[in-house]
Amino acid sequence: MSELVLMDGAALERALTRMAHEIVEHNPEAESLAFVGIRTQGVPLAHRLATKVGSILKREVPVGELDINMHRDDLALLDSPPNVGLSTIKFDLTDKAIVLVDDVLFTGRTIRAAMDEISDFGRPRRIQLAILVDRGHRELPIRPDYVGKNVPTAPDERVRVQLTETGGKDEVVIER
Amino acid sequence: MKATKWNHKDLLGIQELTADEIRHLLDTAAAFKEVGERAVKKVPSLRGQTMVNLFIEPSTRTRTSFELAAKRLSADVINIATTASSLVKGETLKDTALNLQALNADIIVIRHSAAGAAHFLSRLLEASVINAGDGAHEHPTQALLDAFTIREKKGRIKGLNVTILGDILYSRVARSNIWLLTKLGARVTLAGPSTLVPRVFEEFGCRVTHDIEEAIRDADVINLLRIQHERQRKTMFPSIGEYAAMFGLNKERFARTKPDAMIMHPGPINRGVEIDSEIADCSRSVILEQVTNGLAVRMAVLFLCAGKRKSTEGAE
Repeated sequence: MSELVLMDGAALERALTRMAHEIVEHNPEAESLAFVGIRTQGVPLAHRLATKVGSILKREVPVGELDINMHRDDLALLDSPPNVGLSTIKFDLTDKAIVLVDDVLFTGRTIRAAMDEISDFGRPRRIQLAILVDRGHRELPIRPDYVGKNVPTAPDERVRVQLTETGGKDEVVIER
Repeated sequence: MKATKWNHKDLLGIQELTADEIRHLLDTAAAFKEVGERAVKKVPSLRGQTMVNLFIEPSTRTRTSFELAAKRLSADVINIATTASSLVKGETLKDTALNLQALNADIIVIRHSAAGAAHFLSRLLEASVINAGDGAHEHPTQALLDAFTIREKKGRIKGLNVTILGDILYSRVARSNIWLLTKLGARVTLAGPSTLVPRVFEEFGCRVTHDIEEAIRDADVINLLRIQHERQRKTMFPSIGEYAAMFGLNKERFARTKPDAMIMHPGPINRGVEIDSEIADCSRSVILEQVTNGLAVRMAVLFLCAGKRKSTEGAE
């Protein structure tokens, strides 16, 4: 198995800065903007994007955390039950413009589960999707609105995102 | 993904679980408790699965708690009560259970007056079997919700002084609680009349005393158990009035407990017998929170056991 670094810390930082500006550009009604990160790696990314967007807009942008394990459609296919974490969305989602954040976009099933779960908390005016690495191979009609990096991959390759918040240095690696 | 710590398709008792498995279940329950605070209090985890509540002994709160837990996980629920079932027509428990399995029931929650009833079913059936109380043996979900409530309020279980007061001999709640709390490192004291709290319970790794004053003095948690009239074939103490006077938690005794001692009761409470009405309703009583937490704990139990069973089937 070989490893190839797709993004180092500086590249990751630049990508997030660009995505933050795109998010501001596409959301002129900035007061309704809020971020929801998908556990576990989407959460620190959502906080980083919210901080960057917040410093552009000069106001605080709320961040929620979502654990999608209760909404999975593949419970029957797993070897053992998944570890379910806490979902904490402390603000009212109704009429908000939600930016859903995750590290890697692959089949799209996680995003489907996340959108279902978000609708259990309220009815946002719209949901957008921000992804650090889009590796293709979608199994559902889902596409991201903001992408850090597009990476063509083979289905059996693995894309690993490491972040300082979850132990490690900022880095995106592909294992093949 | 991190390896999960749950490897059971059934929940038969606390005795079979490790400390890590108990902690994992309590962590999972914390996530499910949050679901109850959402606008839509329902997740699709068990969509398309059927849970049967097979209650061969009367119960309202445990049965409704399991029913609501299953519904919040999007499972379908069938309730079978003693009086309405073929068991009164002479069908054996085994035949009833096999019939339920033939209907493709995925989870069977059973309460039975005989100890070991859930274990018996689990050997027969592919479905997940959850013990909702078997005789005077175990009531695992009650012990789990008690532990969840203690951990939520006190922040830990290890090192706490927990006093279980009342009818220990006939209580499955006591047995499950003793196993669970000692596994998680609490110091357990059992107290009550010597007829209901025999010394033999010291073999479970807890302290036995018949002096109520001493039992409640250093307690961080006081768990009061109901006097089980229905299980006592002969009188174990002279009268209810005498029990209340000797061992009931009244205002005078309550005043001598630690100022942050927490009062628990699995319900249904006998006001004026094991607990004074005012104490049951005071701010240090967590009796109603126990009910709320019971729902979260049962959701976690159903989710984990169903998840394990499905994966076992998939492997075959």
